[in-house]
Amino acid sequence: MVQSLSRLKESPSQTAGPYVHIGTTPNFIGINHVYAQDLGLAPCPAAAKGQRIIITGQVFDGSGAVLRDALLELWQADADGLYPGRGEHRGAADPNFPGWFRQPVDGVSGIYRFETIKPGAVPFIDGRKMAPHVTLWIVARGINIGLHTRMYFPDEAAANEADPIFTRFELRARLATLVAARDGEEDGVPVYRFDIHLQGDKETIFFDI
Amino acid sequence: MRNAPAPNHNGGFYQRDRAWHPPAFTPNYKTSVLRSPKHALLSLNNTLSEMTGPVFGHAMLGELDNDLIRNYATTGDAIGPRIIVHGRVLDEDGRPVPGALLEYWQANAGGRYRHKKESYLAAIDPNFGGCGRSITDEEGRYWFRTIKPGAYPWPNGVNDWRPAHIHFSIFGHAFAQRLITQMYFEGDPMIWQCPIVMGIPDKAAVAQLVAALDREATIPMDTLAYKFDIVLRGRRSTMFENRMEGN
Repeated sequence: MVQSLSRLKESPSQTAGPYVHIGTTPNFIGINHVYAQDLGLAPCPAAAKGQRIIITGQVFDGSGAVLRDALLELWQADADGLYPGRGEHRGAADPNFPGWFRQPVDGVSGIYRFETIKPGAVPFIDGRKMAPHVTLWIVARGINIGLHTRMYFPDEAAANEADPIFTRFELRARLATLVAARDGEEDGVPVYRFDIHLQGDKETIFFDI
Repeated sequence: MRNAPAPNHNGGFYQRDRAWHPPAFTPNYKTSVLRSPKHALLSLNNTLSEMTGPVFGHAMLGELDNDLIRNYATTGDAIGPRIIVHGRVLDEDGRPVPGALLEYWQANAGGRYRHKKESYLAAIDPNFGGCGRSITDEEGRYWFRTIKPGAYPWPNGVNDWRPAHIHFSIFGHAFAQRLITQMYFEGDPMIWQCPIVMGIPDKAAVAQLVAALDREATIPMDTLAYKFDIVLRGRRSTMFENRMEGN
């Protein structure tokens, strides 16, 4: 016999289900009296520093059908590569930049849309710089445990090539699934299209973090 | 001479035990069939992008945010068995997680959700919205008042029913801890017949999602109580570990 380590187990995940909006974005589905506004749904404040960008796309299942009930969350560094919130010890991030956004996909088109700023580079564990990226978390009916991925920028080819994660990958053929496509601009704001494929030939790389 | 500094628990998070969670592909839960990645997940040591996370302050909470009996009501209290749900958010080392945002949502006492895509014939309760939220205190505690949700049928098998449950979305201290789960109720035989629950391979893991009836937390002649603790991923200490400053 041996002493117990006395550790607990993480609570097991369960699907967000089809009614995730009730708890996360109630105003979005017409439950209007409870919270003044939906958390994470507002676009990036105008006072935030940095290049404004739009990230948009759809989420597809293994048959190529668009999900119309997914919820996405985005977490990213500010324009200088500093994270707001907890866990950042290198300095204070831009106080006008929340870093975290939440968007339900449109109930008909399945399109999601984040209005944010381009993040700066953040160091990897060993101090090398990672290429600018945003972290995305996807939940929906039929997804038993939330999926983590990253979106990198198509106009950062050199930084992407040097990124410690990109250079590590054996799966070079799939790396393209992490890079958005530039899709013109809206009122001078660059638009990046980032489609997420849960399954199939174009399956997005998801991380066990 | 001095010992090296005490561990500060600023390291990466403990590896997620994927055998404890439901796998992505659980064919008895049919929607998972086309929504489950087929490739292995790519393992990624935590970087700052995963070890940081947003902060939510108590100031954002309204007084009725944790009272689902009243926070949507206009003509009277929501209908159904009155319950308190309370517990603590802990990490895998048993440490409380203060400042954790919990968002919860549920069906009404008849098993009907207030959602435009919901078509179950059970009646809508005009005084029940079905959502609430809390931020844990310094000891990791949270509590809210609601009505016990009903079971309801759902289109999976021709006659599948969900056990009564409350959905929880939890933000801990880092994006790596992000979690959505569901709470079930002690003594409900339907838990063990549900394709979504039974996607969890280990019965002990299912039991971790079943809240216990807590007689000592009830309010006599008023409200029953259930206790539901939530565990988020723990964190490695950084003793004797060479990490670059700021990581």
